[in-house]
Amino acid sequence: MELKLPIYMDNHATTPVDPRVLEAMLPYFNATFGNAASRTHAFGWNAEAAVDNAREVIAKCIGASSGKEIVFTSGATEANNLAIKGAAEYYRSRGNHLVTTSIEHKAVLDSCKRLERQGFEVTYVDVEKNGIVDVGKIEKAITDKTILVSVMLANNEVGTIQPIAEIGKITRARSVLLHCDAVQGVGKTPFDVEKMNVDLASVTAHKIYGPKGIGALYVRRARPRVRLVSQMDGGGHERGNRSGTLNVAGIVGFAKACELMMSEGPEENARIKGLRDRLQRRLEAGLDELVLNGDAERRLAGNLNISFAFVEGEGLMMAIKDVAVSSGSACTSASLEPSYVLKAMGLDEDLAHSSLRFGLGRFNTEAEVDYVADLLVQKVKKLRDISPLYEMHQQGIDLKSIQWAAH
Amino acid sequence: MAYSDKVIEHYENPRNVGTLDSKSDDVGTGLVGAPACGDVMRLQIRVNADGVIEDARFKTFGCGSAIASSSLATEWIKGKKIDEAGQLTNSQIATELNLPPVKIHCSVLAEDAIKSAIEDYRKKREALRALAGE
Repeated sequence: MELKLPIYMDNHATTPVDPRVLEAMLPYFNATFGNAASRTHAFGWNAEAAVDNAREVIAKCIGASSGKEIVFTSGATEANNLAIKGAAEYYRSRGNHLVTTSIEHKAVLDSCKRLERQGFEVTYVDVEKNGIVDVGKIEKAITDKTILVSVMLANNEVGTIQPIAEIGKITRARSVLLHCDAVQGVGKTPFDVEKMNVDLASVTAHKIYGPKGIGALYVRRARPRVRLVSQMDGGGHERGNRSGTLNVAGIVGFAKACELMMSEGPEENARIKGLRDRLQRRLEAGLDELVLNGDAERRLAGNLNISFAFVEGEGLMMAIKDVAVSSGSACTSASLEPSYVLKAMGLDEDLAHSSLRFGLGRFNTEAEVDYVADLLVQKVKKLRDISPLYEMHQQGIDLKSIQWAAH
Repeated sequence: MAYSDKVIEHYENPRNVGTLDSKSDDVGTGLVGAPACGDVMRLQIRVNADGVIEDARFKTFGCGSAIASSSLATEWIKGKKIDEAGQLTNSQIATELNLPPVKIHCSVLAEDAIKSAIEDYRKKREALRALAGE
């Protein structure tokens, strides 16, 4: 098969819509286009039926007992905001403390920051060197003022899978709500809100080959019944949890994407893991001084986060411009700070600057992996040839012993 | 972020990559930046008896704009007198390479690297003169 450039290996950022998902969505743009809230005619009823069917599929995909526990949102950012701010506001009389980790997505961290400005207290538990949170540290952080613990299922940068089931045992025993940002993990690692005692869970379609602009918040209805203060005022849709006309086509696509994950996920993940391992093996065979970021075993099948020591990440991405990946380097963002996730793991800043994140997915091929690995080996060698740090390293100079002038 | 054609050109064909003997009396070395900040430039000059930069070499750890800035810097200072080279400013580099605001620090680093290399060379000469004067 001929290789087509550019190659997409950034599936943690987003995924292409699967053709089968697109096909399922199309009738809902102009044939079954009704407003799901219209109770007076068939257009509305048909749209509502499609939405209710989708709720059940999505509920099943995350182990929820009923479609009624699914609240549709515009995406996971909104779901995270609704879960954290909505629960904090509702349960304020019970306590003012939240627990989360320092490697959560910004939608979680910045929601917590806002709550802090409103008088809440938040404990940000650091993760271990392998990018996984220590359950004991979560347990220790919980006080009698704690109302919510929020921990992600899988990290978007290093792909590490967090011990949600263990955390769920603790939060349940302590009668604290557990929110899980499950965006990166659904369909890719086991996730079951019932078995794991998760009370709130954020999910999104576009990381599992569904469309952008549609996500959902799972809100437990029994044992315990979770209540939220809505963050969007209007027509009282989604049982008052989230006003706004439902994105019916998006919802149908989301459900189709979940359906495909449930039927094909296990086989697909094994294939993707094979590709990921192949990429890692080929890079390690061709290059020295590589550092794998995140636990080697407890990680998403498609994730490979590697630091190419002595080479800067953005400079490296420029050398592989036909390959879409992302970097923990400062230079890729406006902030000039390297990845906060890698920093939280205790990685040296220079290695954070040298990191690339590969996100392999459904549509990647072995030929693509081989092309990318060979290209990287060649380009990293070239950049190391012009790197003063690599030269110093080869001369046996300890880079940490040098007094670098910060600028 | 899109790179300018000139940045891409220098990045793909960097000029004057290499290492001069930093212990040599006629060589000045500037090492600026920090690995933790994501860019380190080493710029070296070889100066002849007339104070003219006969050769300039660099190695850079950094993004494409940092590599291009140091490549351009070596190209510009080669053949110039050290006083003249010392007057080169970061804005000249930034303008030539069309650097966007977030990449201006790359050109600043290149200017620092030139100045630091010249200073290192001058210090060596002064030390030699002091020795000769004894």
